[in-house]
Formats: sequence, C-alpha cells, structure tokens
Amino acid sequence: MSEQHITLPEGSIERQTQTLNLGPTHPATHGVFQNILEIDGERIVSSESTVGYIHRAFEKIAERRPYYQITPLTDRLNYCSSPINNMGWHMTVEKLLGIQTPKRVDYLRIIIMELARITDHLICNGVVGVDSGAFTGFLYLMKYRELVYEIYEEICGSRLTTNIGRVGGFERNFTPAAFEKIERFLKEYPVALKEFETMMNRNRIFMERTQGVGPISAERAMNYGFTGPNLRAAGVDYDVRVAQPYCSYEDFEFTIPVGTTGDCYDRFLVRNAEMWESLSIIRQAMDKVKELPSDVYHADVPAYYLPEKSAVYTKMEALIYHFKIIMGESDILPGELYNPVEGANGELGFYLISDGGRSPYRLHFRRPCFIYYQAYGELIKGAMLSDAVICMSSLNLIAGELDA
Amino acid sequence: MSLTNDYIKQRLAEKFGESISQVEESFGTMSFTAPKDLNLKVMQFLYDEEELQFRFLTDLTAVHYPNRTGEELAVVYHLYNFKERVRLRMKVYTSIEDTRVFTATRLFESANWMERETYDFFGVNFVGHPNLKRILNVDEMTYFPMRKEFPLEDQTRTDKDDEMFGRGGHIGI
Repeated sequence: MSEQHITLPEGSIERQTQTLNLGPTHPATHGVFQNILEIDGERIVSSESTVGYIHRAFEKIAERRPYYQITPLTDRLNYCSSPINNMGWHMTVEKLLGIQTPKRVDYLRIIIMELARITDHLICNGVVGVDSGAFTGFLYLMKYRELVYEIYEEICGSRLTTNIGRVGGFERNFTPAAFEKIERFLKEYPVALKEFETMMNRNRIFMERTQGVGPISAERAMNYGFTGPNLRAAGVDYDVRVAQPYCSYEDFEFTIPVGTTGDCYDRFLVRNAEMWESLSIIRQAMDKVKELPSDVYHADVPAYYLPEKSAVYTKMEALIYHFKIIMGESDILPGELYNPVEGANGELGFYLISDGGRSPYRLHFRRPCFIYYQAYGELIKGAMLSDAVICMSSLNLIAGELDA
Repeated sequence: MSLTNDYIKQRLAEKFGESISQVEESFGTMSFTAPKDLNLKVMQFLYDEEELQFRFLTDLTAVHYPNRTGEELAVVYHLYNFKERVRLRMKVYTSIEDTRVFTATRLFESANWMERETYDFFGVNFVGHPNLKRILNVDEMTYFPMRKEFPLEDQTRTDKDDEMFGRGGHIGI
C-alpha cells in the first residue's frame, strides 16, 4: 500500500486514487448495501459502508402489534435462518410470561433451529466458494437446502419466511412424514458435506484465496462486538448455547469449534465444523424425541397458546381463548428482559420491555450482522479488491439483519 | 461462577456511592442506573477492574418515556463478562431537551454504529462520537421516528371505530 503507482504533476486535478462503488446492487454484495471503496490500482485504501436500504422499521411496527403478530417480523431479519429468529422470539415471550415448555417441544425446536443453522452455514460457505471461483459446491449443496425447506413446509407450510411455531410450542405436531424427511436429510447430507469439504478444505487455490484474507485478532473481534462463527474463528469460544443455555441445550453433547487467525479460511472451517456439530445435535434430539410421549407439541398455557382451528369451531374454551388472544385481551405481564439466542450469525438478542399492554412497550433486536459489519472497513484495508468480495461473503452479511 | 450480582452491586456502591441508583434484578440480570455524566467512568471501572472485566458491549439502545419529565430518554447498555458469563444492564437517563451523553466509542468500537442507530431513532447526542450521523434513515430526515410522539397509525382518524380492537392511543408506563 505504501508504494505509489502514479505520480501526478504539481497542481493536477487528477487524483491518485479512484472511487469505486461496491453496491448497493452488485452481485458480490449478496444483498442491498453499499461500500464506497477508495482504491489505488487494485488495493483498497479506505472504505465507507452505507446501510439502511431495506430498513423496514420493525421495532416501530412491533410497538403496535400483538405478540403473536411480531413473529413474521422476525422472519425477515436473517431470512437464511428464520426459524431461529422465530424460536428466539417465542422463547423471549415465554420467559417473560414464565412459561415452562415440555422437553419434547424443546427438542423439536432444537431440531428445527439446528436445521436452520445448517442451511445458513451451507449457503454462506457455498457463496464463499462462488466468490472465489468455485461454483460447483454452492450448486451441489443447494439441493440439501431444498430438503430442509421441504421439512419446514411439512411442519408449518412455508419455506423461506417460516413463521414457525407459536408462543408455547408448535402450531401442530410433527407428522411422520416430517420425521422421515429429517431422517433422509440426516442420511444424505453428511455425504454431500464430506464431498464439499474434500473439494474445498485442502484445495490449493481456495486456500490461497482465503488464508490471511480479512483477518481479525480475538481482542479486536471482541471490541468490535463480533459474535457467532466470526468470533469463534478468531479463537474465542463464546456460544450462547453453552454460555447461557436455553431450550434444553444443556442436555446435548457438542463441541464449539474455534479457529485461530480469524481470517476467511478459518471462518469457512468453523462454519463447516459447526454443520457437523449441528448434525450430531439433530441426531441426539431425534433419539431423545423417540423416548417421549409423541402427542406433546405445546405447553399447557391456554391463555397464550393459539388453539387448534378445529377446536375453535367445536369447543367453547378454545373459542374463548382464541378470541382473547386475537383481540389482545390476554394479559401480558409487565417486565423487562434481554434474551439472547445463538443465531446462525451470532448472538441474536431480543430486548423487550412490556408495560402489560397488548403490544411491547419497546422491542429492540440485537442483530449480530449490524454490529460486526462495522469492522469490514478495517478488515479489507490494504487488501485487494477481490479479497474484499470474498471477505464480505465469509462474514455472512444478510441485508435483512443489517437493517431490521 | 464467582462473580455474583451482589458483589457487583457492592463494588459499584463502594466506588460510586449514592450515584448508582435503581439497582434491581429481573430474570437474573442486574440492572442499575448511573448519572449521565458518569456513564463513561462507570463503564471504564467495570471494564478495568480485575474482578469485574465487563469487556464486551452486547447491545446499546434507547427507550423513550414521554411521561417522565426531565428523564424522557433512557440509554440502555448491555455489558457482558466473557469469563464469568455475567450480563449487566446499565441505564443512563437524559432529558429530551438536552440529550448529550458521552460516547462509548473510545472503549468499544462496537458502540460506533449502535450509537449512530440510537441517534438516528431517538436523537441521543453522543458527545465525542467520531461520525454521528444517521445510519438507517435518510440523511434529510428532521425528526427521530422511534420517539413515542410518532404513533404508527394516525390516531386522529375518525373513519373507523376500532376501540374494540385495542388500537386506541396506548402510551403506557
């Protein structure tokens, strides 16, 4: 960076560097946000990020909506793993209300959350491949995301923005077909993931493109508020699932993979290793679910759990509770809490203040993307333009989560 | 886990005495209020002390309480200790006329954008921030949209009666 490529004559109106817009709509940004890069040849001298292109004022909207209508808003934060956001929100409300969910509900939730983590990581790692010139892996893994989406579809009817589950549990029980689909995924995906790893992990070209690119030290990462795989790649073993277990994660055996240098290669490896851990967690959860009574899929909290539609039509109590919940007459307790879950990108936090009204007094989403994206300028300073692209995809920036 | 909320409370009381108020515990997280001119000193103390080490700023946001005269805006910091796995909530109240609060960017890089977001939506003026401008809204905006005086639905509309649907002007607290 220190060497100068062009020497301009005295008083020239030309500049030594040029400005390049990476985004707002550029295939390499994988989302709508802008980076104004000041480049000298191919080297990045400085950069400035602009976000907010798809800001939808979720926090404001949430102040007018009853609790069960906020779930679809959370879908649209990190839309690559919306079930985690949904569950995180349900668990926040449950914690506020003091609802204890049955073990089976917890395990079913863990299955769904870990599937979501896998889809998020496989897209991220696939895209790292695409941005370094290896399209095959992405295309190959895409099939398995489709399998997971079929599982969501079987459980809740939708695929990308899932709105899965309810406060208290799930809207309906898992069908045998859903379990079959999960079993199929557990059987087929490890084979594909192994092949993907064989292709990428020790690939000379891939290693040279990613090693030492966009590194960050553990200390800087913590100071920048990194969480999730990006922090773990820098060598800090912080994972909300272990640090502050929720949803019965304490019943499971798994390890937290960590990296050392915090560069793109380590982030890639950490995400891959996490997918293996997630698969193992799902396997354990499936075994645990088999031992529990198969008709439990929600907590017994009629005042907050939306009853089944057929019961609303035929039973008096169900009709009353349905009416009360929809009309916002179920009392939500006043209280204030911060509830984090381990999202696919890091610590997804819900800071909720309730004054007892039908909607939150204040709801704030701690979006991991928004916080660690600040470090992007520091990560790519002095790097090549092509490194900036690969660094961005390995951070896994999701525009929906940036802007909320 | 040796770091308990009682111990943190005791250390804060020793150092800052009466300035630390409203110490309470909800859902296992300790929460306290610091005067706004001491916010940096308290955070620095929590950061530096060998036994406390709150070195991670998890979240920073604000809340608007229009009915609390003189302290309408609360800036809320969530601090975290990685080693002891303890979370702490610190609040700093400021009046809506004079919203100056010291920035935490010198202590935490992560505070940069979070403070910009808080400024953008609540108009908290973080003194000493390197680049305090709007982040998610357009630069031309002249108001702070997350304040409670901007209801989402027009509360004066008369063409529909939705008292039954709980949509009346709900200000709360």
